[in-house]
Amino acid sequence: MTFTPLNIVLFGIIALLGVGFYGLLITRNLIKIVMVLQVLIKSVILALVLAGKLSGNLGLGQSTAATVIVADTIVAVVGLALAVQVRRRLGTLDVPQISSMRG
Amino acid sequence: MESIQYTVFLLGAIFCAYRAIVAKRILSATIYLACISALVSATLYLLGAAQVAVMELSVGAGLVTVLLVYAVSVVGDDAMDPASVIPKPLAFGVVGLVAVLLGWMAFPAVRITAATGSFDLASSLWQNRVLDVWIQIALIFSGVMGVLGLLSEKVPGAKEEVEQ
Repeated sequence: MTFTPLNIVLFGIIALLGVGFYGLLITRNLIKIVMVLQVLIKSVILALVLAGKLSGNLGLGQSTAATVIVADTIVAVVGLALAVQVRRRLGTLDVPQISSMRG
Repeated sequence: MESIQYTVFLLGAIFCAYRAIVAKRILSATIYLACISALVSATLYLLGAAQVAVMELSVGAGLVTVLLVYAVSVVGDDAMDPASVIPKPLAFGVVGLVAVLLGWMAFPAVRITAATGSFDLASSLWQNRVLDVWIQIALIFSGVMGVLGLLSEKVPGAKEEVEQ
């Protein structure tokens, strides 16, 4: 297997996705979950630009990546607002503890 | 030379991502997340996507970091990450298997010869993907609502308790 720059980028994308999925599995804190989603979306942005470059249409890849960046930011904002309100109401950010609460 | 730059930036991003996940203090994890954004935007620039690199650097390393620091300051110092429910070796094995399968499926795609013909970002965004622009406007509007939720000090239901 030859290691061209694009192969290296693909390796990096898969590794970042792997680290993100690993974090999603082991994380319990709501704010940390938002951060792990950010890591995952960054690898998706890289993958979109790489796909655009490979297909010879970098502009399309960039425009899709720009949309994903906006959506990613809104996910972070809404997720953090949700986490802050949950912390104020329930006094915890631990997801299993929040799930076990009733009433 | 280009391969070395890609390798350094991506290895740095992967290291920072791992450190952000295993860090106990959320403030440290926030700083690592900003580093990931900077390294990913450098990689995007090397790939030729300069506009998206600038967006990623300003939004990812700037705005999101500020929002995360603000959220950590609101929830306080006790915002630590407790131990995971799933055993870490099991999670590592599952993720490793998924990554190997993904690599096995994705690597043949890189060998495809790049097609010719391209649009620049402006014509692609404003002519071919106008719907994306409208979706972005709607998303930004909902983001403003999210910021209001983040900044609001009032706890819902508190007024009724005082009146009783």
